[in-house]
Amino acid sequence: MLTTLNPVALLTATVATLSLVLAIFVGSRSLGNFDPALIAYLFGCIFACFGVVYRYTVWLQRAPTWRYFCHGWRLFFSGKALVYGWELTRHFVVNFLSQRFILRRGKAVGVGHFLMAWGCLLAFAVTFPLVFGWIHFDLKPGGIDVYEIVVFGFKTSEFRLHSAMATLIFNALNWSAILVIAGVMLLMRRRLTHAGQIAVQTFENDWLPLLLLLAISLTGVGISLDYKFMEGRAHQFMAITHAVTVILFLVWMPFGKFFHIIQRPAQLGIAIYRKAAAEGPQAVCPHTGEAFLSRMQVEDLKAVTRQLGCDFSRRGGGSHLNYSPQGKRALLARAHLKARQESGRFFG
Amino acid sequence: MNTFRLDQEFFLDPQRCIGCHACEMACAECETNGQLPMIHVDYVERYSTPQTAVQVCMHCEDPVCARVCPAVAIEKDEFGVVHSAKTDRCIACSNCVNACPFGVPRKIEPMDLMMKCNLCYDRTSAGKRPMCATVCPSGALFYGTREEMSRMRPNSSPVNTFRFGKQTVKTRVNIMMPLGATVLVVDADE
Repeated sequence: MLTTLNPVALLTATVATLSLVLAIFVGSRSLGNFDPALIAYLFGCIFACFGVVYRYTVWLQRAPTWRYFCHGWRLFFSGKALVYGWELTRHFVVNFLSQRFILRRGKAVGVGHFLMAWGCLLAFAVTFPLVFGWIHFDLKPGGIDVYEIVVFGFKTSEFRLHSAMATLIFNALNWSAILVIAGVMLLMRRRLTHAGQIAVQTFENDWLPLLLLLAISLTGVGISLDYKFMEGRAHQFMAITHAVTVILFLVWMPFGKFFHIIQRPAQLGIAIYRKAAAEGPQAVCPHTGEAFLSRMQVEDLKAVTRQLGCDFSRRGGGSHLNYSPQGKRALLARAHLKARQESGRFFG
Repeated sequence: MNTFRLDQEFFLDPQRCIGCHACEMACAECETNGQLPMIHVDYVERYSTPQTAVQVCMHCEDPVCARVCPAVAIEKDEFGVVHSAKTDRCIACSNCVNACPFGVPRKIEPMDLMMKCNLCYDRTSAGKRPMCATVCPSGALFYGTREEMSRMRPNSSPVNTFRFGKQTVKTRVNIMMPLGATVLVVDADE
């Protein structure tokens, strides 16, 4: 098994995991602010960190990924940081915060994914700092109705118990669960009724993530509902099921569909690349006589295909990759016609 | 339940294409495409000949589109069908669009997504024929068994090996060539 491990990824993941452990130790003031009740979640997070960084590093080492990764950073530091910074900000707002491109794929998937994604992100923003002991709440000394928010051991703000702020903060995970449940419902409905989705979906890749998120959210809200309305009678069941499903989520994150949460920001690098490509010289298709792609991307593709062991260079010089998609289709049709002509029969 | 029929294959004969676009209309019926036609019907040399050609995804044995994808968004399944980019992974870089030697994938710009012919997977996974092959009036697109094809076209050979420059590409989809041919050489003359 050891021989199949990727040494660069192993080293990177180990360094990242040790850094996280150190950050937890320092951020929680030598574990002084760490909540022992959350220990199982902590181990899940540490495993997820190792797995995610390992897989990310392996993924980065693929020839096309590495080329885009390097090219993106080179462009960013090419002295046009302001131009590309603006492009990144625009792209981040339009495609990440509002997720417009998913909405354009369909209303149900757009709204469902938006609710689910924001529910998850809100839950991450609350859960990780709590589990790491980076944030906790203390009663303000000298009273019983004012709470202080302590971040990395420093008091940052306070709020009164039973105030609107208290309701907002203490129920943050409930709000996120409600968003996730609404999103999951919309996406499940789509997966049950859309013929195209039904044809290509798989249980592992498409249903399991939704079921897992639903279980996490329902048991999360269930913990609150239980102590509010059932005097904590189902607490053990809710708390243990919640912990098991959350830890499953964390452990599965590097392997399954949830990895796209980590992978997706690569789209920001592509935004820079596309901006540079649009502003640079364009490649003209010898067949159509029209520009179809930047010369930069054509040259990158030639280099990547060569790295992958594919050689589209033609015998007399030039390359098949110099042609646009339409040009390539025309070349195939012409070659087919030529072969038929040479055989003496157009049909057979 | 998946009832994909491995005994059936796609046979393409561009020479028979009459440019009627019926396949394009039928392709838009495919549910997996979201009602967007993915088949290509082109005039080959618009000003000098009325020749038209039809192109579906050839479902390569070792798909270049998948290999050049930086996001690992394109996968081939156990039946040899190369699917459209996974919606959660595709980062819309266009590498696949421009690396495909057959010029098949399309980038749907507003969706930031690559889509292409996926052999009407909603139909073929249920044992049915792809939409385009059911409507083609001239026999440019045929989906069936090798025996059926050889009975229909005794003077043609199905070929699934292509040469683009120095690169040989093998595909799941066949192109009908003169009898005895084993390879279609597509060497660009620039």
